[in-house]
Amino acid sequence: MNELTTIKPSTPKDWETDQEVRWCPGCGDYAILKAVQRTMPEIGGTPENTVFVSGIGCSSRFPYYMETYGFHTIHGRAPAVATGVKLANPDLDVWIITGDGDALSIGGNHTMHLLRRNLNCQVLLFNNEIYGLTKGQYSPTSREGTRSPSTPFGSVDHPAKPCAFALGSGGRFVARGIDVNKNLPSVLKAAHAHQGAAFVEIFQNCIVYNDDVFEPFVAKPNAARNQLWVEHGKPMLFAGGTQGISLDREALTVKVVDVIDGDWQAAGVIVHNVTNRAIAHMLVEMPFGPFPMALGVLYDDPAPTFESAVVAQNRAAAEGKVPDLQKLVAKGQTWMVDKQPHSL
Amino acid sequence: MATAAHQLTPEEASAHPAPEAIVVRFAGDSGDGMQLTGGQFTLSTALAGNDLATFPDFPAEIRAPQGTLFGVSAFQINFGSTQIDTAGDQPDVLVAMNPAALKTNVEALKPGGLIIADAGEFGQRNLDKAKYAANPLEDGSLDKWQLLKLDISALTVEAVKPFGLGNKEALRCKNMWTLGLALWMFDRDRAPLIEWLRTKFAKAPNLAEANIAALNAGHAYGETAELGAMGIAQRQVSAAPAEPGLYRTVTGADSISMGLVVGAQLAGLPMFFGGYPITPASAILHSLARYKEYGVTTFQAEDEIAAIASALGASYAGSLGVTSSSGPGIALKGEAMGLAIMTELPLVIVNSQRGGPSTGLPTKTEQSDLYQAVYGRNGDAPMPVLAARSAADCFDVAIEAVRIATQYMTPVMILTDGYIANAAEPWKVPDMSTYAPFPVTFHTELPPEGEKFLPYARDEKLKRPWVKPGTPGLLHRIGGIEKALGTGNIDYSPGTHQAMTDIRRDKVLGIDIPDQSIEQGQAGGKLVVVGWGSTYGPIASAVRRARAKGQDVSHVHIRHIWPLPKNLGGLLESYEHILVPEMNTGQLKTVLRDQYLVNAVPLNKVSGQPFTIAEIEGAIDRHLSSDRAEELGPDNSQLPSPEAVNP
Repeated sequence: MNELTTIKPSTPKDWETDQEVRWCPGCGDYAILKAVQRTMPEIGGTPENTVFVSGIGCSSRFPYYMETYGFHTIHGRAPAVATGVKLANPDLDVWIITGDGDALSIGGNHTMHLLRRNLNCQVLLFNNEIYGLTKGQYSPTSREGTRSPSTPFGSVDHPAKPCAFALGSGGRFVARGIDVNKNLPSVLKAAHAHQGAAFVEIFQNCIVYNDDVFEPFVAKPNAARNQLWVEHGKPMLFAGGTQGISLDREALTVKVVDVIDGDWQAAGVIVHNVTNRAIAHMLVEMPFGPFPMALGVLYDDPAPTFESAVVAQNRAAAEGKVPDLQKLVAKGQTWMVDKQPHSL
Repeated sequence: MATAAHQLTPEEASAHPAPEAIVVRFAGDSGDGMQLTGGQFTLSTALAGNDLATFPDFPAEIRAPQGTLFGVSAFQINFGSTQIDTAGDQPDVLVAMNPAALKTNVEALKPGGLIIADAGEFGQRNLDKAKYAANPLEDGSLDKWQLLKLDISALTVEAVKPFGLGNKEALRCKNMWTLGLALWMFDRDRAPLIEWLRTKFAKAPNLAEANIAALNAGHAYGETAELGAMGIAQRQVSAAPAEPGLYRTVTGADSISMGLVVGAQLAGLPMFFGGYPITPASAILHSLARYKEYGVTTFQAEDEIAAIASALGASYAGSLGVTSSSGPGIALKGEAMGLAIMTELPLVIVNSQRGGPSTGLPTKTEQSDLYQAVYGRNGDAPMPVLAARSAADCFDVAIEAVRIATQYMTPVMILTDGYIANAAEPWKVPDMSTYAPFPVTFHTELPPEGEKFLPYARDEKLKRPWVKPGTPGLLHRIGGIEKALGTGNIDYSPGTHQAMTDIRRDKVLGIDIPDQSIEQGQAGGKLVVVGWGSTYGPIASAVRRARAKGQDVSHVHIRHIWPLPKNLGGLLESYEHILVPEMNTGQLKTVLRDQYLVNAVPLNKVSGQPFTIAEIEGAIDRHLSSDRAEELGPDNSQLPSPEAVNP
């Protein structure tokens, strides 16, 4: 199928198109694009077997900049279009690019059902907590009190939590990354390695309408103190290993504990297990402020994929049956008319 | 039906006495199994070689409260020894299983017609629910009809006694008892039904035998109860003249599903069907779900939008994407249809129309989505639209839709309606070897060295190439944003939008479709009746009768609603008057006036019931009696009174 790339592995450059990238200068999307283009050769991707499907919004321009097959669809519907693509050809590597408004507001229903069905694909949700392309209205992930053209006195509704939504929808892979963080490619690689719907929330800075909204944990001085990068089999430590996440057995929740002299066992720090759904639920629900922001692969526990079940059932149902159009049209109870029974 | 018999010329019709046809309506509570009774009676009638047409008419509620007027479910069948085009204007026989069924249906019965009523259900409680002050079976109010009152409930319970069923279960066999009596009346064979019952209740043989006992008891009752003495004779309806060949019955949903499968096979494509449950379109999803061996994947999506979006995604990946719905669902799919138009991918959208707007009349029929089909999207969004005239016609229309979609890279909408979807009719099984394949060729050829692949290059039909993802060397991106000619790159410039809009229009207008034919009559003359969709039956019958009376009237029935056949304008101009009967407020009429500046005069009905032959015949009479068509504008006097059609 693809002699060129099996002979010579691709480079990030091979995944760039000739199209002029049209995001605002300084937009976090540039960093994500680079991270994805860096990831593709590492996962052994082949451009012709890769399809990027997007909805509407700044993030959804993404497919135009990837030298692969691409479908820029309509607002919120990328998961539905991607479902048809994958069911029609399960061999394709399908990536869905979406944003907080696209995936959780207008397309929330499709996101939920894609995750529930477990279609084997990657969902990259660029969360900038604002509507960028429509000029700055608050979004379903905007924090309470967000002032925007549509909420001049501050928004009053409670924000959605993308990762909690994904877990609640039955997602089997939930991860978080940051646009400019060097770990993003490794998160994307893990998402791709997961068989099933892999949901990745990427904190993406909108330099024009919501600049620095993630500064409390992204800005250099805050990063170490406020980023908790979880890794399977490793203790949940942050702040240079001086603090960790422990279980509050009485309250049945998690708490931040101090780690003295690196003795995390003594402090009761939890060892991360990506297949433990209860841990994942606690990580995605940790309120930022009292807690650090949990990042990396929060949950990864594969289950049979939707398209494999569909293909298997189609095969089983067709087994032993020969397609015969003449038989098809003559199904059911039939009768012969030999000649005109009588003339009028 | 059109496929089952030749058409009478006026000479033939006037030279012979009126053909024998009988209309029977079964009416009962929605839990009484009337649709099933009607369906089985239809089958036995078809097996007896009669031509037939049916009209199932049921409430939107699955089980409306028992005995109520709005919970009545009815099934009408018209069968006879000549061509049958409609389910019949007025029943000759009404089977009424309770007072509510009698009340809502009896006014439609022909004077002198026969009422068979289950007297066992005419207790005070049911009479109250049906708002009868006195028992109509006793007070003489039914004197203008023939009345046969039987305690069917008691007779059934007695017949199934040996099987030890509870009272409720025993009463469920009432419909089979009634069917047995009906089969006796029309001298129909019980054997296929007995076989069918044994298969249906294979897991509960006791129930099968009880139902068979009820069926036999009803039949025996007719034979032995000396109904003849009451003036109720067995009626023979001889077989209808039909072209020799193999026949079966089909509903529109069966026929459209088979047509889609055949179309995909002729195109050499796997089919992907994305659907979401909605009345009356769900039957297509149900039947396609069973055709896996024909390369069909069905997907019950989370909503109407996902249903079409997934179908479009599948088309993008190289399958034939198909979706189906009814009016409200079609409205939701509108944006994705625009995307299909913009990305120029094949897609078939089936709209089984129902009464609207909004939820409207979910189980009643209407043709009011023509505007929606032709015009109902944002932007200049041209899309081919086809309309099926009957259950059998759905087969060829579906194949034609697949041909256009794949040969022109465009979404295509098929309009059927609730009447076509549910009604059954005999169908001469086609010889599949006579259907020419129209295989799709996916584009795989690399552009010449140093040149880029152009996803929006055009062939002589203005069609763009179809490239499946997975094809090496032809990577490209498509989307809903306006795009440059050739490259398909995003391009908002004024010249580009003008050029692309023109191309999208010209591509659709240039689709190769057959010239408009004339069903009856000839080009030129006094009056043409122009129809589309399921009004075919009543229009064809009314025109046949009018021509038999010597009236100068022709019938034209349009399958290609958009683009319209190239000769249609000239054809319409050849008549002095144009009458357009539609089950809407005049939608095709608007298109014809707009396209051809002709004085198309509407005849409209939106009662949720199909036109009767008499309504159209009357309109023809009125039209020909006046030479000034403008007097026949859409005034209310033309509208059938609601009482007349929906008692």
